[in-house]
Amino acid sequence: MNAIEIRNLSKSYPLFKVDNISLEVKKGYITGLIGPNGAGKSTLIKMMLGIIRPDAGQIKILGSEMPRQGIELKQRVGIVSDDCFYYEHLSIQDMKNVIAPFYDKWNDSKFSRYLEQFELSPKKKIRELSKGMKIKFALAIALSHGAELLIMDEPTSGLDPVFRRELLDLLTEVMQDEQNSIIFSTHITTDLDRIADYIAFVNRGKLVFNDVKDDVLERYAIVKGGQDLLDADIRAKFVSLRESAVGFEGLVDDRKQAESLFGSYAVFETPSLEDIMYYTAKGGRIHA
Amino acid sequence: MNIIISHASEDPIYIQIVNQIRHSILSGEMKAGDSLPSIRQLAKDLQVSVITTKRVYEELEKEKLIDSVVGKGSFVSGANMEFIREQRMKLLEEKMIEVIRESRDLNMSEEDVINHLKLLFEEEQTS
Repeated sequence: MNAIEIRNLSKSYPLFKVDNISLEVKKGYITGLIGPNGAGKSTLIKMMLGIIRPDAGQIKILGSEMPRQGIELKQRVGIVSDDCFYYEHLSIQDMKNVIAPFYDKWNDSKFSRYLEQFELSPKKKIRELSKGMKIKFALAIALSHGAELLIMDEPTSGLDPVFRRELLDLLTEVMQDEQNSIIFSTHITTDLDRIADYIAFVNRGKLVFNDVKDDVLERYAIVKGGQDLLDADIRAKFVSLRESAVGFEGLVDDRKQAESLFGSYAVFETPSLEDIMYYTAKGGRIHA
Repeated sequence: MNIIISHASEDPIYIQIVNQIRHSILSGEMKAGDSLPSIRQLAKDLQVSVITTKRVYEELEKEKLIDSVVGKGSFVSGANMEFIREQRMKLLEEKMIEVIRESRDLNMSEEDVINHLKLLFEEEQTS
């Protein structure tokens, strides 16, 4: 079962395009959408939400087609974004009063509980909220109307490390119900990746992979060694390679192959998602 | 049961968790019929992905250390003591092999090692 199904989605801008992306977000799991700045993550998410119209392709969310069935769908979807979609001059309380009637399953006591937990005063004006507080407010709204799917665009930007960790607990709590799904985007790999089941990696408007996170981390490897190990054929096996006078360091996407190639002459390390992002975004050879 | 995982370790996280649960079962800390947390609860407690904990339970089922009953959860298996003993023997053998390798590095002969072991046995019995 898929919470989100994207087929051959494209959108062109003068200087940038989302290029024929197909992506499935599995129901019951957390998917992290990662990629450098300007890779197309936010454009992709805005298309899922119906804020941007794609040039081509289909989007199905919770089995319904976007944007045709967008209104009914939004009952079941919670949105958290650092773009503020709220009225700046209203207080949190007034804004809630505007939003709540749209949702059939609005839970007022749940909302009050989150405000208290997030240390948000209902009297505070939206415009007075810091970036982190706006994310918290959006999160409180998203968690208070029984959403089955949380779509979060850069939720950790503007959040301090303390609340980022709390967010892990909040999200894993949501995931105790296996009917729920979460997708979040981020350009900095954070603690949030720890709990992600799937990682979808977007680079330059294209999908590089969408795979089980544990498998990704086992498949890729950082290889380090001396210059004498490299020749043209071997260089070609690297996703990207950084060479210097004192040796090389590179990313391979087939750890087993590299291990049989280099044996004990090279050092192998499990990469972080940040390593994978850095080397893939750089591509080719990096000169130190 | 305590499970402590290290994000800095080279061992994949699922292996770290499998090793620790296996140890709890083989050491007798967890007994046949004891229930394990649900896959999603364990993922929440350890702040790891659900797929990771799913894989842990699949691995432990394969080793016949736990049984999973749909709708009821996972339990330490009632597998016969013979089998568990065999598993523990395997663990012991691994440790013995480690001792043998270590002793080689120290240039100890087989006899030296056996004599040393005898000595330690006596010490353990008197204490």
